[in-house]
Amino acid sequence: MTELNSSAGQGISGSGATEPGVDQSGRKRMTFGEGGLAFIFGVLALACITVAAKAQDSAYAFHAYLSAFASLATVFVILNRYIDRPAQLPALEIDGKPNYNFGPVKFATLAAVFWGIAGFLIGVIIAFQLAFPVLNFDLPWIAFGRLRPLHTSAVVFAFGGNVLLGTSFYVVQRTSRARLAGYLAPWFVVLGYNFFILLAGTGYLLGITQSKEYAEPEWYADLWLTVVWVTYLLVFLGTLWRRKEPHIYVANWFYLAFIVTIAMLHLGNNASVPISVFSPKSYIVWSGVQDAMVQWWYGHNAVGFFLTAGFLAIMYYFIPKRAERPVYSYRLSIVHFWAIIFLYIWAGPHHLHYTALPDWAQTLGMTFSIMLWMPSWGGMINGLMTLSGAWDKLRTDPVIRMMVVSVAFYGMSTFEGPLMSVKAVNSLSHYTDWTIGHVHSGALGWVAYISFGAIYCLVPWLWQKRELYSLRLVNWHFWISTIGIVFYISSMWVAGILQGLMWRAYTSLGFLEYSFIETVEAMHPFYIIRALGGVLFLIGGLIMAFNVYMTIRQPGTVAADTGARTPSLVPAE
Amino acid sequence: MADSTATNPPPHKPSLWARHAFFEKNSIWLLIGILIVVAIGGLVEIVPLFYLKSTIEQVSGVRPWTPLELAGRNIYVREGCYNCHSQMVRPLRDEVERYGHYSLAAESMYDRPFQWGSKRTGPDLARVGNKYSDEWQRQHLADPRSVVPGSIMPGYPFLAHAPLRYENIGEDLATNALLGVPYSPEMVAGAIADLRLQATPDGDASELQKRYPGAQVRDFDGNPKVVSEADALIAYLQTLGTMVDFKLYDDKANIR
Repeated sequence: MTELNSSAGQGISGSGATEPGVDQSGRKRMTFGEGGLAFIFGVLALACITVAAKAQDSAYAFHAYLSAFASLATVFVILNRYIDRPAQLPALEIDGKPNYNFGPVKFATLAAVFWGIAGFLIGVIIAFQLAFPVLNFDLPWIAFGRLRPLHTSAVVFAFGGNVLLGTSFYVVQRTSRARLAGYLAPWFVVLGYNFFILLAGTGYLLGITQSKEYAEPEWYADLWLTVVWVTYLLVFLGTLWRRKEPHIYVANWFYLAFIVTIAMLHLGNNASVPISVFSPKSYIVWSGVQDAMVQWWYGHNAVGFFLTAGFLAIMYYFIPKRAERPVYSYRLSIVHFWAIIFLYIWAGPHHLHYTALPDWAQTLGMTFSIMLWMPSWGGMINGLMTLSGAWDKLRTDPVIRMMVVSVAFYGMSTFEGPLMSVKAVNSLSHYTDWTIGHVHSGALGWVAYISFGAIYCLVPWLWQKRELYSLRLVNWHFWISTIGIVFYISSMWVAGILQGLMWRAYTSLGFLEYSFIETVEAMHPFYIIRALGGVLFLIGGLIMAFNVYMTIRQPGTVAADTGARTPSLVPAE
Repeated sequence: MADSTATNPPPHKPSLWARHAFFEKNSIWLLIGILIVVAIGGLVEIVPLFYLKSTIEQVSGVRPWTPLELAGRNIYVREGCYNCHSQMVRPLRDEVERYGHYSLAAESMYDRPFQWGSKRTGPDLARVGNKYSDEWQRQHLADPRSVVPGSIMPGYPFLAHAPLRYENIGEDLATNALLGVPYSPEMVAGAIADLRLQATPDGDASELQKRYPGAQVRDFDGNPKVVSEADALIAYLQTLGTMVDFKLYDDKANIR
């Protein structure tokens, strides 16, 4: 695995100063990165075939064959690309302007649209399964217990992850005014990450899971992700090192914090020992109460760094850009950056209130969760106030409206979160659908909306179109999915609080008033409303996909100067 | 941006804000700064759990899972039961009355990974062991609405028909032993035999019960011919929350 890293690293430096890809006489020559990667993937293909032949179960053998096939395909693509390319690798600059590498960004953007719709669709299916259990069809592959991780991973890691990869590769190039580091490395990151998604998703359906929420993939998928992620960090850093700007722009601080912290959390929470290389099964090195603490240290900071820091970076680039206003306060961004990354890490134990986790840890978790309210709202204020002097755009530009409403949802769910982390509130809300509603106000309202906004900005920029195919369709997307979110979160609030109150209700004689099944039956109407909300959100996503498709299909291109004007990105000192 | 000193008059004493430029101009220091800042919270909250003796209560009765129970637990994990069922009774009046004694950290000390859960779409299962008969569990797994009409649980009829694959169960025990679960070498070596023995009613189980005190030995799925996945899962469910005898447990001795 380490060889793979270093070779990908070679890919990065390979396109550096000393004319790689060409020998002294000017003839085409294979770079070390190309040769090394092709060789390593060849070896990997053989290893995968060996594992597949001796695999202890068929699902694992399927994954091994899939990996072998993907490795061979990679070797073919690398060699084919080498044959087709001119002797010179792409120039870093053309006529003094950076020669941006947008291929991987385009791929990640389209992958995000695809995975978004897939994730919303699975969400709708499992929402209906909870309302009408017959939809589980008594089949193992599509039962709720296997589809629910598929839904969470599809929306968080597949949809959100591709949005983060795409936007981070775009933003770091634009704000550094430098071409993305590496020749093959950025493609390795984007494609390798999506292959991880494929392993994870098919694994859940076939029953391969380690059952740690939001970290369900087994050891081999985790190892693969580690390699991809380290390469991602190197590409990102390598691009920063090429920057023409003296300062690293604020969005990149957030991206960097997201990449580094996710690496730390991923390694800590997935430290496991496989029972054999021929088996997908592994056992985690932590157990019981310690494992619970590590899991929610990871789980809450998957929210804090994947779904917050990364998307705050998107906010810090795309809102100023679209509004053509500078970021409201540079100093506020410094304070809230360091405060939010410091405080977030402590908040994990609020997922374990009143459990067998020692009280001191629970109290720490609650205290820091409440403090977290402040830097969260610091981010919200910085995002919203960037609109100062451009509020009229809310009326005329549905894309900016989507992003502003997203920041408003961010403010709302980061107020609700600290509230729910108070032990007295948590004793009611925990284990109920209130939590599900809270998560979705953040996920649908904040994460998805800022992502939609970024996609609507990116697609015309990347494909060099004047504007989107239709702003009216963006408007329809906005209103349909907003109504969907309102259905979703209000039904879950009512359901969750009702559930919590019914569980603890006593009769005047001092007996528990409701059996558990009565509380389940009481949820039925709310589960239907929630599912309908999900349908509306899915329809919004389909409208977006159509709009994106039609935008790309528009004839003609315009000069891509969109990101070249950077004054609005200078921190306001 | 470049002339930050212009807005901060005394040049010999740059403001704190200007000093931040150090991080903005040095990606490696920014990275190191981030790493230090994000490491602290986790270190403070996680590391003491490994050395504070009060983290896990002193209690007798908790033993490692038998091979059959462990196989059942792995099916519980595989089917994602944790998505809807918690295994953590909180010390709240209604929960203790509904489910039983609140859960102890000691009760899941051999659980890798833990199964405390985060959602109760269905009821808590921390103390479901011996609460229902094997027959009820069997029926309920195959067709939940046949015994609980309002249930929204998926049916798992295929478990009773799927023969349990246990030829590698020894490797499961060995890996757990490597990580610190007190499985002795004999337990690892005898894993397959122990698994078969626990699921079939005929045979001398006294040795098994010496190794795993309190292990329930019988045919769990009503089909003595094969050891099915339902056998393993029901054996696991019937053990949940039964290892500690709470008549003998002293709450006061373990206040943390």
